[in-house]
Amino acid sequence: MKKIEYTRIKGHSLAYYGLLAGLGFIILLGLLATWYMEHNGHYVTGMSNQIVWGMPHVFAIFLIVAASGALNVASIASVFGKKIYDPLSRLSALLSIALLAGGLVVLLLDLGRPDRLIVAITTYNFKSIFAWNIILYTGFFAIVGAYIWMMMDHNMHKYKKKVGLTAFVWRLILTTGTGSIFGFLVARSAYDAALMAPMFIIMSFAFGLAIFILVLMAAYNWTGRELGDAVIARLRSLLGVFVAAVLYFTAVYHLTNLYITEHHGVEQFILRDGGIYTNLFWFGQVLIGGLLPLALIYAPGVKTCRKTLALISTMIIVGGMCQIYVIVIGGQAYPMELFPGYEVSSTFFDGMVNSYSPTLPEIILGLSGMAVSILLVSFAIKALSFLPTSLADSIADPHAAK
Amino acid sequence: MSDQINDSRRQFLSKAAIAGSVTIAPGVFLHQTAQAKPDEKAVTSATRWGMLIDTDKCSKGCTDCVDACNQEHALTGFDRPETDAQYIRKVSLVEKQTGHEISLPLMCQHCEKPPCVDVCPTGASMKREDGIVLVDKHICIGCRYCMMACPYKARSFVHETIENQTLSAPRGKGTVESCTMCTHRVDKDGIPACVEACTDENHNAMTFGDLNDPESTISKELKKHGGKQIRADLQLNTGVRYQGL
Repeated sequence: MKKIEYTRIKGHSLAYYGLLAGLGFIILLGLLATWYMEHNGHYVTGMSNQIVWGMPHVFAIFLIVAASGALNVASIASVFGKKIYDPLSRLSALLSIALLAGGLVVLLLDLGRPDRLIVAITTYNFKSIFAWNIILYTGFFAIVGAYIWMMMDHNMHKYKKKVGLTAFVWRLILTTGTGSIFGFLVARSAYDAALMAPMFIIMSFAFGLAIFILVLMAAYNWTGRELGDAVIARLRSLLGVFVAAVLYFTAVYHLTNLYITEHHGVEQFILRDGGIYTNLFWFGQVLIGGLLPLALIYAPGVKTCRKTLALISTMIIVGGMCQIYVIVIGGQAYPMELFPGYEVSSTFFDGMVNSYSPTLPEIILGLSGMAVSILLVSFAIKALSFLPTSLADSIADPHAAK
Repeated sequence: MSDQINDSRRQFLSKAAIAGSVTIAPGVFLHQTAQAKPDEKAVTSATRWGMLIDTDKCSKGCTDCVDACNQEHALTGFDRPETDAQYIRKVSLVEKQTGHEISLPLMCQHCEKPPCVDVCPTGASMKREDGIVLVDKHICIGCRYCMMACPYKARSFVHETIENQTLSAPRGKGTVESCTMCTHRVDKDGIPACVEACTDENHNAMTFGDLNDPESTISKELKKHGGKQIRADLQLNTGVRYQGL
């Protein structure tokens, strides 16, 4: 394996500026959507006193989960010593910061009082996993920022492994915290499970890697840099393991619930009678996000096909969004069981399946979070040397002939 | 001469002092009488406020408690039931096996171990020493995690701009709110508006009192006939108990 050379992208083309302008426009729309929702109040959204977390949370949680997963590539290189991932580490760390920033922007702008950000970061209730998450997110920026510094500064190379290990442990704790937002909720049948934390970690592996692959291929394709089959093949098979693991955790979660009588109601709702949620679960999460990508990953003949890999990654992202939607919205749509054995009705929608239709401003706010992430990456790879000049097999593959 | 002047001045001052005292005194003393607990005195855990609801006396269709609460807290709706705030609501139950019907009011259960307080990132969700669970609207950031966590669906989010608020129960757009057990009344030796309305209309389905005081009506009634907690399996030790459930 040759010494890797990193260079900044030129970023002079019309297409590059077009990309920045397009992303900027989406972010502008996101800000307008926020202004509209905050000025009028949340009644203009699809959210209500029944479905209190909506589409912005789906986007935000997806991005935050994917953020820690995007760091995986760097961790495999620095913590587990796999050399082929080493040249990809800088981009991996950059993408993880960018995704986290995008997710947090959406989460913040959906608050009832986003102007009280200073309260959120200065007043803590340490029993709240939410409060811990605020600390974990802030720490993630600092640690991964330092990690990038260790990687980029030759004088600091010797600390790379240690900081990389710290970042790895931190990201595991961070996603444990994100999963526990739901795991620690005793009130609702769909949550209240310790499995949520490890399931979110494994989801992060899959979502983060899928986004990483798309960003990597786009960056190399658009800048005309060489990306060899060795890297592609390795990322592809890694993705297969992660997707299978997500399916496994999903199966264990539902099988456990199906065994416990008090959870039969919510399981019937998600798996059979839930309408949109049932469809999103089976067709979105399981089929598009799980089985089809798996079949394509292990299909013969398309192993180094970039287009197939892009399709697989896109399917995993779509399936992942469906999965988060089913968890966040589906879990709230199913009525809380306050009076087992009774038919319940009230003016406050007790005993009813709660309805939710996401509105355009919510979706735009969510998309603008994604735009923030892509914009940060696009800008950073022009400002600093994140990308290897070439990832041709002769350079990136440690087993290639020298 | 100067002695005379001094004398008359002395008399004038003492008369003025007496007149002043007579004028001010009723204000000072009556104020103390009217306010059982001065504002500067903190509530203590010696008291735990609670409520007992007898569902046998709660008739289906009656909304006196709900109406009183809405009026007390100026919870004027916008005709948008999904986003309008409800501190207290009437719930109708029909037992699937037997068809037995029950009607009851449901509101914040003022848990001893409230999940909403546990999950709140800023500590805006809080429990007073006397057991009343409240939202500090000054530090609520409107994240709605407490609404996700409350097992009783007792909380509402203020979804739009509010006008004509009452001084005693201020509300804030973008923050979460719920039953306050009418602290503004309870702290002045009053009872919650819902209980008052239920009693005034002679339904007598709601009893308010100190659960820590064995001599209080609510404690005696609970000791004699018992009272159930909703979702007792969560072991939250709710301050609101139900009979006939």
